[in-house]
Amino acid sequence: MKRAPTHSYPGINLGRRHASADKAAEVVTFGFWVFLMSDLVYFGLMFAIYITMIDAQAGGPGPHELFDLKSVFAQTLILLTSSLTVGLAMLALKYNLPRSRIVLWFGVTLLLGLSFLALEIRDFMAMAEKGGIPQRSGFLSAFFGLVPLHGLHVAAGCLWLIVLGIQLRVMGMTDLVISRVVRLALFWHFLDLIWIGIITIVYFGGLTYG
Amino acid sequence: MTATESGFFGRLNWDALPIVGLIQDPNANEIVANTAAGIVLVGVVAVVSLLTWFRLWGPLWRDWLTSADHKKIGIMYIVFAIVMLARGVLEGVVMRAQQAAGPGDGFLEAEHFAELFSTHGTIMIFFVAVPFVFGIANFVVPLMIGARDVAFPVLNQISLGLTVSAGMMLMVSLVVGEFSTGGWTAYPPYTGAAFNPGVGPDYWIWAIVVSGVGTTLTGLNFAVTIYKLRAPGMKFMRLPMYCWTIICSSILLIFAMPPLGVAALLLAADRYLDFHFFTNDLGGNMMNYANLFWLFGHPEVYLLVLPAYGIYSEIFATFSAKRLYGYNSLVIATMSIAIMSFTVWLHHFFTMGQSALINAVFGIATMLIAIPTGVKVYDWMATLWRGRIRFTVPMLYGLAFLMLFVIGGLSGVILANPTVDYQVHNTLFLVAHFHNVLLPGVLFGLLAAYNYWFPKAFGFRLNEFWGRVTVALWTVGFMLTFLPLYFVGLMGMPRRSFSWEDPSFHPYMIVAVIGALVILAALLSVLVQLWVSIRDRDKTTAPVGDPWDGRTLEWSIPSPPPPYNFAIIPQVTDRDDFAAAKEQARAYPKPEAYEDIEMPRNTGIGFILCVLSGIWMFALVWWIWWLAILITALIVLAIIVWSFDTNTELVIPAEEVRKEHEAWLDLVHASAAVNRDHETAPENRGLARPDLEAVT
Repeated sequence: MKRAPTHSYPGINLGRRHASADKAAEVVTFGFWVFLMSDLVYFGLMFAIYITMIDAQAGGPGPHELFDLKSVFAQTLILLTSSLTVGLAMLALKYNLPRSRIVLWFGVTLLLGLSFLALEIRDFMAMAEKGGIPQRSGFLSAFFGLVPLHGLHVAAGCLWLIVLGIQLRVMGMTDLVISRVVRLALFWHFLDLIWIGIITIVYFGGLTYG
Repeated sequence: MTATESGFFGRLNWDALPIVGLIQDPNANEIVANTAAGIVLVGVVAVVSLLTWFRLWGPLWRDWLTSADHKKIGIMYIVFAIVMLARGVLEGVVMRAQQAAGPGDGFLEAEHFAELFSTHGTIMIFFVAVPFVFGIANFVVPLMIGARDVAFPVLNQISLGLTVSAGMMLMVSLVVGEFSTGGWTAYPPYTGAAFNPGVGPDYWIWAIVVSGVGTTLTGLNFAVTIYKLRAPGMKFMRLPMYCWTIICSSILLIFAMPPLGVAALLLAADRYLDFHFFTNDLGGNMMNYANLFWLFGHPEVYLLVLPAYGIYSEIFATFSAKRLYGYNSLVIATMSIAIMSFTVWLHHFFTMGQSALINAVFGIATMLIAIPTGVKVYDWMATLWRGRIRFTVPMLYGLAFLMLFVIGGLSGVILANPTVDYQVHNTLFLVAHFHNVLLPGVLFGLLAAYNYWFPKAFGFRLNEFWGRVTVALWTVGFMLTFLPLYFVGLMGMPRRSFSWEDPSFHPYMIVAVIGALVILAALLSVLVQLWVSIRDRDKTTAPVGDPWDGRTLEWSIPSPPPPYNFAIIPQVTDRDDFAAAKEQARAYPKPEAYEDIEMPRNTGIGFILCVLSGIWMFALVWWIWWLAILITALIVLAIIVWSFDTNTELVIPAEEVRKEHEAWLDLVHASAAVNRDHETAPENRGLARPDLEAVT
């Protein structure tokens, strides 16, 4: 297909030198936004389920016994920092810095993502020790339906970081790879957004109403 | 046996084969079950042997299974939908026969009857209506908006693969194990592990999850295609009505499929991991399931019927040779329906304990939907008014739709009143209502579309005589089968009953089974029409591409269209641009220059994911954990490997495009134009003569 000479997608700044990355990127990026919208509905519904099930503790342990806000705080800091590092990778892309700079920020993001997951899993194990397993009550089912779903997305994001890091080295800065970097950054910010919802509704909401 | 202590083959053993049941205890019920399994096996063997005999494996792989061409993917969707339709209709006939065999128990066991209505509903919605609707959309939408393919051709192929593999799971469930007995809605706690430990609900869950992913991606694909790939000059208010309905449908898919995925996956968590989302104990709440399911389920019926409305809009305009009446009001009505469809889900469970106020709000919201639908019906009738009407097959479907659909819609307004709903809830009145909107609404629309766009896809028209016979059989069959159900429903006969006692139901049941046989004849007639049409195709060829004096861009190109659809991307200046071009004598322009065209290369990823997801579902249903984990890893690996492939585009040189296009233009100029009196005659080669009377 003939490519248009200017990039007309308003949301993402690919940088002037990527003017050829264009119409194709526009379509793909828009498609990815649509995917994120659909994914957001999944999370929205899981939040709704959680809210309806805060009281369904069936005599089992509740938010006050199970939630460790210090760890949640640490996870929040880590995840927000990782959004910053993804942003720095995007800036490296925008200002035409060497490819190794993007790979570097990807590496830092990956480390932060993995430490987030490690902390989260440690939390889950601590909850399990106190009897907080999903089989115990509707409330815990809803918790474990939602928070690990976000964790699974972070894990998928980590895998994507690795694969795209390799592709940056192997395939180079092609239009395709650049457009993937843009989409991965979108995805990573999306995970942050969901996490903000999780601390507000799952942790704070749970402690307030549970 | 629990999930954790299952062996190498999980819980799979010889008892899962229906033939074992027949040997141990031969009776009518087992014979029916084994016949069904036998039909599946014979079908598979027949297809495999025919492919081998005619040495078609190579062409099948090269031209179809690995193709990313939206036209071929659309045709494969439709073939799949018709195969599944055959099973769904047969099940319907067996169910009607069972109820007609009363009073008393009939010839099937209760469990078997429950499996039948569960598979019938699941198949007809997810594996007939959805793939048929999006098969037509796949074929038509890019042609209508002047694009060379959909936005994501490979994703499109993957969507098809996932839909087909999920549908195959329903076929597998006939041969290995059993399907769910929980209806197409699969309400827990009945479908939970406590009441239903077998494999049935698991087949339902994974078929729904996998096809749901495929369908969501289809919605994404079409939304992006229509937003971003319209030909230059095709503003939104120049978009053909059909594309408007597809964009609404796609938006509904994007937002309405996730609730279904969530419902099915949470049910899976309950069944596999002992969670308590919907169980009776430890804080589970099945109302969450009901809300999730219908948050999907109601938009679902509109995302099926809106494209049918779009099809009728195109057909009424074309076969009246008039501009669609009230285009703006139709656009607004379509959008209103799409949005309102998210505000009425609760009317599916008025009787499940909400307050009267909530029921009233949802009842009124439901009745409001009838307003935009009514606008549409009047617009269609006004389109017919003083048109140059031809009673071709699609038009006949359209007229049957106009009359019958209004009855179905009105019975919906009756049901929208919660006080009335309390009386007829869960009776055959409801069954009559939704078949009354789904058959004349969706199915007739799809069959009309099949007749309307067939010459575009294959270059020859379908047989008119057998087409008319088919319309008559569907219409009569529908009326005989489902109109009596309104009456027995009002008399109090519950739906889904394998056994009944009241002798006053009997005459209605007899009429209904006769109707079911007429519907079976209608299905056969569809196949006969296809057979006769292929046999006599020399008399109906229309390679020039415009057999119906069409109004939209897809008629301005050859039939069948070349892989790249448009040699030159058209510049759109009007709504119904091709009709305007013909009136202003600027149709079939000779381009000044041609360009190289990049098209997606063939790829096997859709087929690979189809096979892998099929095995994945089977492993999960039968608790073969090692296999499920292995396949999960392979799916991730396949996607990663595929993402390294950069050689995805194929360039068609400008010279080749020029040669093909000019040969076709020569054919256009050499062909004799025919007027509308000879539309169905052999001399209609697809070049329409402007019909001066019809110019408005």
